[in-house]
Amino acid sequence: MLEIKNLHASVDDKEILKGINLKVNAGEVHAIMGPNGSGKSTLAEVIAGQEEFEVGEGSILLEGEDLEELSPEERAHKGVFLSFQYPVEIPGVSVTNFMKTAINESRKAQGLEDMPANEMLKKIREKSEMLEIDRKFLSRSLNEGFSGGEKKRNEIFQMAMMEPKLAILDETDSGLDIDALRIVANGVNKLRSKDNAIIVITHYQRLLEYIVPDYVHVLHDGKIVKSGTKELALELEEKGYDWLKEEAAV
Amino acid sequence: MAYTEEELKKELETKEYEYGFYTDIESDTLPKGLNEEIVIAISKKKEEPDWMTEWRLEAFRAWKEMEEPEWANVTYKKPDFQDISYYSAPNKKPKYNSLDEVDPELLDTFKKLGISVDEQKKLAGVAVDIVMDSVSVATTFKKTLAEKGIIFCSISEAIQEHPELVKKYLGTVVPKKDNFYAALNSAVFSDGSFCYIPKGVRCPMELSTYFRINQAGTGQFERTLVIAEEGSYVSYLEGCTAPMRDENQLHAAVVELIALDNAEIKYSTVQNWFPGNKEGKGGVYNFVTKRGLCEKHAKISWTQVETGSAVTWKYPSCILKGDYSIGEFYSIAVTNNFQQADTGTKMIHLGKNTKSTIISKGISAGQSQNSYRGLVQVNSRAENARNFSQCDSLLMGNRCGAHTFPYIEAKNKSAQIEHEATTSKIGEDQIFYCNQRGIDTEKAIALIVNGFSKEVLNKLPMEFAVEAQKLLEISLEGSVG
Repeated sequence: MLEIKNLHASVDDKEILKGINLKVNAGEVHAIMGPNGSGKSTLAEVIAGQEEFEVGEGSILLEGEDLEELSPEERAHKGVFLSFQYPVEIPGVSVTNFMKTAINESRKAQGLEDMPANEMLKKIREKSEMLEIDRKFLSRSLNEGFSGGEKKRNEIFQMAMMEPKLAILDETDSGLDIDALRIVANGVNKLRSKDNAIIVITHYQRLLEYIVPDYVHVLHDGKIVKSGTKELALELEEKGYDWLKEEAAV
Repeated sequence: MAYTEEELKKELETKEYEYGFYTDIESDTLPKGLNEEIVIAISKKKEEPDWMTEWRLEAFRAWKEMEEPEWANVTYKKPDFQDISYYSAPNKKPKYNSLDEVDPELLDTFKKLGISVDEQKKLAGVAVDIVMDSVSVATTFKKTLAEKGIIFCSISEAIQEHPELVKKYLGTVVPKKDNFYAALNSAVFSDGSFCYIPKGVRCPMELSTYFRINQAGTGQFERTLVIAEEGSYVSYLEGCTAPMRDENQLHAAVVELIALDNAEIKYSTVQNWFPGNKEGKGGVYNFVTKRGLCEKHAKISWTQVETGSAVTWKYPSCILKGDYSIGEFYSIAVTNNFQQADTGTKMIHLGKNTKSTIISKGISAGQSQNSYRGLVQVNSRAENARNFSQCDSLLMGNRCGAHTFPYIEAKNKSAQIEHEATTSKIGEDQIFYCNQRGIDTEKAIALIVNGFSKEVLNKLPMEFAVEAQKLLEISLEGSVG
């Protein structure tokens, strides 16, 4: 599904990603952990095509296709989805209207007609029920006045609507209380399939109790310094990151 | 590729004026310049009664003594009022019974604008009184309206056919000497619309006029008078486009609304005049005086979407004379490139328990300047007057400006006046968020701008709202492939 080879990226001449290698197969869930400032969010945004970052060496392949020349919207049309750490507000644009526009733009890119209204409504109903979202919420302005938990739940709702091939969840657990975390994680688990892949970026092991990853990677100073299975997350919870930093420095 | 702010700005500047074309219809034009003879000649050409000629002359004499106002936050080269032709009428001027008889070139003009009259006829009951270069050349649906006793015709026709009404109300809300441009308009107005709704009648359709400046070098001075008798209701739509021209064109209209006891008037405008090119050359000067008078329990709502003109000076206002009367002002003003807009409203509370609402949305791009200027005045006898004002500005890029000049004068202690203002900027983070969901930058801007303007767009009648949304997109998006 996704293959990242020796990826380097910088912003304002400061190198943040210093040679990332990562391979994610369809049907897999990978967790990326690491201390603050290690480059986790940068990696997510670079995959999504945020042009603020300068990609130096390396490549990102989605199903074998190099993404380098593609705009963020083209990557989205190919099935890349980013659940934002800080979702932005768009006043006056309802969640429903936003999703309708997003889905129809992607369909247009694939040469399809707009989704018929009844189909759209059905889909909205299904996905909002799955994520236990109150219907009233969908007519509110996108992220405006949403609590932290509502914003994150809304991101996962959008993921459910867009049905991406590759979903990157950037700190989806931050700002969630335990109940919201459970609902969001349940939603993500329902969206897991053999045809898609999910990358979960998180600080804490807590989320991984609910969304159980196949692999865990530790990012430190722009490089993946350790990879393992879900047990690695538990080890990190217990020992912190310092031992890895030391190991990496050797 | 994603857009940096720099690219975004460039893209916004590349918007070309879509409606820049010129209709070659023969016209009958008076020589340039303004003096008493010209005023008399205009009145003669229109076969007006003596009282009307005299009225115009009084206005002209007042105008000669007045000075062009300079307080607005706009800078422009003042027009040479002696270098303008004050009258131009299409030559072929028969009265049409059906659209088939209308000059095909005129119909073609409407097609280019995407407003075929045919379509309009079919559309949910919209009667169209077209002002093309000053003289009304087609009126439809007149019969249906006549059955209800509604008069909807050109102001010239009203002067001929209904002099008692015109005499009684013309200049009562906007006096001849009200301001420089209103005085000019009173002296030389060439045509415009007249609308009268009898007592207790609810006008069954939206009344609509399309104005268009066409003849090169002619200023256009429309005069609109809408009278809603007691307990009546009317919704009036005014839409405007102008062809592309090198020199600046002057436009100084006057609109007067009279809502008698328990009457309601909704007046909606979509204004799309040529804003000048991206170097700031050309474009229409739009200096308009619009004012409405509310008697007891009457209500007037002004809704405007202003995307055009090089310079706009416009303050649709309400005089809330009657107790319990209501005034509303909903506005979207878009400026791009070198456009300058100084627009807002005046709510004059005279009666008791009067209420006013002001919602103003300013969108600035390029190097444009967009100002909201509003006055809320509460008279000493206006017990329990209430006003709510909200002025929001949206900026694109770093070279444009948004300004808010709210004036509040309350002379009664019971007044409740609220004013809210916000300024925001379309952020790269918002654009990226949309891009990540598969929405390209052009569509993202349209989405954000529509969201920002929603409260006002919702106030427009359905068919107008669609046109207004299109205009917002044309004005701001540029022609990205």
